[in-house]
Amino acid sequence: MHRFANPARFLRLSAAILPWSAGATVVLLIVGLYLSLFGSPPDYQQGDTVRIMYIHVPAAWMSLFVYTNMAIAAAVGLVWKHPLADLFAKAAAPVGAGFTAVCLITGSLWGAPMWGTWWVWDARLTSVLILFFLYLGYMALVNAFDSPERGIKAGNVLLLVGIVNVPIIKFSVDWWNTLHQPSSVIRMGGPTIDSTMLWPLLVMALAFTTYFVSVVLLRVKAEILARRIQTLRLSEAQG
Amino acid sequence: MTNAVGTSDRPMAEFFAMGGYAWYVWPSYGIAAAVLIGLLVASVRGLRGQETTLKALEGARPRRRPRANTGNGTGDAAGRPAAGVEG
Repeated sequence: MHRFANPARFLRLSAAILPWSAGATVVLLIVGLYLSLFGSPPDYQQGDTVRIMYIHVPAAWMSLFVYTNMAIAAAVGLVWKHPLADLFAKAAAPVGAGFTAVCLITGSLWGAPMWGTWWVWDARLTSVLILFFLYLGYMALVNAFDSPERGIKAGNVLLLVGIVNVPIIKFSVDWWNTLHQPSSVIRMGGPTIDSTMLWPLLVMALAFTTYFVSVVLLRVKAEILARRIQTLRLSEAQG
Repeated sequence: MTNAVGTSDRPMAEFFAMGGYAWYVWPSYGIAAAVLIGLLVASVRGLRGQETTLKALEGARPRRRPRANTGNGTGDAAGRPAAGVEG
């Protein structure tokens, strides 16, 4: 793993990956949007509001996926002092927060016509709101220290503590009574959703994933440059 | 797929109406687009800003030794960057 701790090696690798991940994002988004808006039928119960699902569910998956990756990076950063792991968590946080916000807002827009309410304080919605605050708290904490290293360390501890929320979100629809529907894709016994709806869902999820990869590569590069600027300024100040 | 939108049995006006749920469906797609594009633009601009600052800093002073991880042939024998960068 320490092979990738070398920022120069990372920058070469990311320059090779970025055109492919960016291209894949564009293609997948075009296909995904076509399938979501044209290629799939309205739901027999929910009508055209089911099309909100193709944004809402991939965004929800991404909110958990990004947080889990950040928590793994936090563990790697704390245990092995891996510098890129620290930078990854910092770079990914705003993207994860963005996906969580999209999930919450589209959920509200779906809930209003289908449940008759924009919001309920049940386990699923509340635990996702907590996830959103974990992202915001991490971003505030990392930038709250004069020394970036101390901020990153405090942020990593918060990420590891907050990981307890991830299984709570996943299983909240099984453990507690809720308005939110249970899982229909990632469940024991296979998906119960029809393939005309499963495909747009999977393509959009893949598009969001390649989008995340592309933007995070850009942001990690910016973080590496920021570190280099900081080092240059320090050596300048010290003569 | 006979009742899929956009096909001949479902004209465009009906497509935009989203079965009466236009005010819920389109804002969902709009907000997702706004957040994803906003994050992308902010990230690219942030990276450009760091690149400009770094170039200015590196151009402002002669380097004592060539840096292995930025060495792409833009420095002369004395270790000074070849490209003159203002700042």
